[in-house]
Amino acid sequence: MMFKPFRTGLVSALALAGAVTAAQADGSLTVAMQLEPPHLDPTSAAAAAIDSVLYSNVYEGLTRFASDGSIVPGLARSWDISEDGLTYTFHLAEGVTFHDGSAFDAEDVKFSLDRARADDSTNAQKGLFAAIDTVEVTDPLTVVVTLSKPTGNFLFNMAWGDAVIVAPESADTLQTTPNGTGAFKFADWVQGDRIELVKNPEYWGTPAELDEATFKFISDPTAAFAAVMAEDVDVFYSFPAPENLPQFDMDPRFKVLAGSTEGETILAMNNKLAPLDDVRVREAVAHAINRQEIIDGAMFGYGTPIGSFFPPHNPDYVDLTGLSDYDPEKSKALLEEAGVALPLRLKMTLPPPSYARRGGEIIAAQLRQVGIEAQIENVEWAQWLETTFRGKDYGLTIVSHVEPMDIGSLANPEYYTQYDNPDFRAVIEELSVTADQAARSELFKQAQTTLAEDYVAGFLFQMALLTVAKAEVEGLWVNMPTPAVDLTSVHWAK
Amino acid sequence: MLRYTLSRLLSLGVSLAVASVVIFLAIEVLPGDPAAYMLGLNAQPDTLAALRDELGLNGTLWERYADWVGGMLRGDFGTSYTYRSSVSEMIGERLWVSLPLALYALTLSTVIAFPAGIWAAARRGKAADVTVMGVTQLGVAIPNFWFAMLMVLVFAINLRWFSAGGFPGWDKGVWLSLKALTLPAVALALPQASILARVMRSALLDTLSEDFIRTARAKGLTKGQALRRHALRNALIPVLTIIGMQFSFLMAGGIIIENVFFLPGLGRMIFQAISARDLIVVESVVMLLVFAVVLVNFMVELAYALVDPRLRARA
Repeated sequence: MMFKPFRTGLVSALALAGAVTAAQADGSLTVAMQLEPPHLDPTSAAAAAIDSVLYSNVYEGLTRFASDGSIVPGLARSWDISEDGLTYTFHLAEGVTFHDGSAFDAEDVKFSLDRARADDSTNAQKGLFAAIDTVEVTDPLTVVVTLSKPTGNFLFNMAWGDAVIVAPESADTLQTTPNGTGAFKFADWVQGDRIELVKNPEYWGTPAELDEATFKFISDPTAAFAAVMAEDVDVFYSFPAPENLPQFDMDPRFKVLAGSTEGETILAMNNKLAPLDDVRVREAVAHAINRQEIIDGAMFGYGTPIGSFFPPHNPDYVDLTGLSDYDPEKSKALLEEAGVALPLRLKMTLPPPSYARRGGEIIAAQLRQVGIEAQIENVEWAQWLETTFRGKDYGLTIVSHVEPMDIGSLANPEYYTQYDNPDFRAVIEELSVTADQAARSELFKQAQTTLAEDYVAGFLFQMALLTVAKAEVEGLWVNMPTPAVDLTSVHWAK
Repeated sequence: MLRYTLSRLLSLGVSLAVASVVIFLAIEVLPGDPAAYMLGLNAQPDTLAALRDELGLNGTLWERYADWVGGMLRGDFGTSYTYRSSVSEMIGERLWVSLPLALYALTLSTVIAFPAGIWAAARRGKAADVTVMGVTQLGVAIPNFWFAMLMVLVFAINLRWFSAGGFPGWDKGVWLSLKALTLPAVALALPQASILARVMRSALLDTLSEDFIRTARAKGLTKGQALRRHALRNALIPVLTIIGMQFSFLMAGGIIIENVFFLPGLGRMIFQAISARDLIVVESVVMLLVFAVVLVNFMVELAYALVDPRLRARA
């Protein structure tokens, strides 16, 4: 807001803008984002920033996510699934080479899958590979994967950044020198500043349109605003300060892309902590929350209300927001019915992102209206993971669950929510062995409804993906089915 | 002189040893497991155990302290948990940004402060003095990160003379790199220059009221000549002390400015490392900064002794 007095000055800068962007409209693009990858191996860390830079640009898996979240062929050009759903035969692409020049074949696939599920594996999503029983190479371009039980979303699992195919010779050095099969090659990493990629001229598929791409890391929201305004960067992926977006929207130099992510943002409740172990108390919390006020106040209007743990853009989504509409009177009545002594004091831990910190303050004010005192404790991520997520020492917390298709994680009674309902577990169990689309859809709907009726958490909103780009940049992903800045079809307007 | 130097050297060693214990304990008691941070929400217990093992996080507190200090004595700062590269190399790379930035800021601060301080002292009570005192008062009061944002607004967004931040790297050209460091250096230098100018002025005024200046005037020097030839040299001692202190402050104090301008320096590295619980990097960088401060103090103390014979005699 402090930039307001200078708006008129900005208009005069517009005159210059035309000339500058025209000069940049060659084959290079600078993409900025907040977080820097800790290292460059997506198969051994959870950091979304690794995938954001490298997924599908440098590394590829058997299958891959398309921009709409559907699963399309990657290094496996086609596959056959046996009748019983246990055997997947993958037919691999021909003439593929890794960036270091070595050839890609079925042995690399076997190596990658076996490495990810080995005992000493440090894969952050080891669960994706849990169903794999054996991986066999039948010829250099065919791999047969046998599962121990039918897995409805096996092809989906293989599309994750954690399941990309790497070569045995370079697997141990990927953290500093990534070696994949993608349309871009890794060129340079100036730690703390940027990562540079260049076009891979030997790419086996449709070649990239850009010659060079640079990822810059700018963590401070004010600096992010300045970098876009000064046109130091062409694209800012997941822009951190939604309050600045109207200004970009009005500026003809830029466009704002508002898409959806897989991030369900929830007010998680400790389902085993008295009195939150009483469903009536959890329902009271849910009714005390005014979602729109949180979206407007914390996210400046960006975000879609949700009523369960499922993304609204998914075809199997059911709108259950009505079950937990804003109704403070009902909330008070429920608390009285449950015999809770007011004021009820609950510890609310808040990790650093602004959705949690800002949202937490708004929620605390809303809960106070019904007699619940949320005691806010601001924590860093590492501390949140240890005390809240693993230690389960919390009453309420706010977090966005960004993994795709993660509804099943709530079925684990050991999860930080400590939600334990055998019926829900049965539905998730059934889902994991069902491959039939119609049956899966029904099960997903059932699972969402159970969660909403059990008031497992205060379901707040689906996180929006906000990207600011120069008006002439085309081909960017608007949504975020997985953390990725897929540049393979990005180009400047001709 | 030898005894004096040895006693200073001993106090340097003790300071460093105490600092290493304090840093290590303060950081180790922070809640937060680096392995859990790296593997995220879906990590399975066996994966966590494998990674903790790989990172060497399973030793006792004492073993890890001994490892760390032992490594440092051999010049090996260990391997970063998150970046998985050598901490010494990482520090080396980042120093190429932080050190030039600190030197650049110090040069600017000195170049601004000396003339301003001398000018104000020479025209005590006149318009020039009032102006310098007023402007430096403002300079001391304005937070440097706020001034930095203001400069970005004017010079990067409005006038577009500079980038809003970032650092191209020295291999891309010295001129480009210096240009990238200019706004951050000015932001860092402004409050330092203000302090230095005020110190310069008051030190000069003190000296100007000394008897030897009256003698100099009596033998026929003008006020300006007396100031330049006799007062200035004598007033430099407190000023040099402040410069020494400012240098260590600039090395450690760049953290916020480096974040405003997203420069890949030590400050940015320590900021990222703290949130990722990359303990070994935090410990090593903080230790390095402590070492820099202690070393500068040591050299300033030696300089005192060189300049002031009374100190030598007493020790």
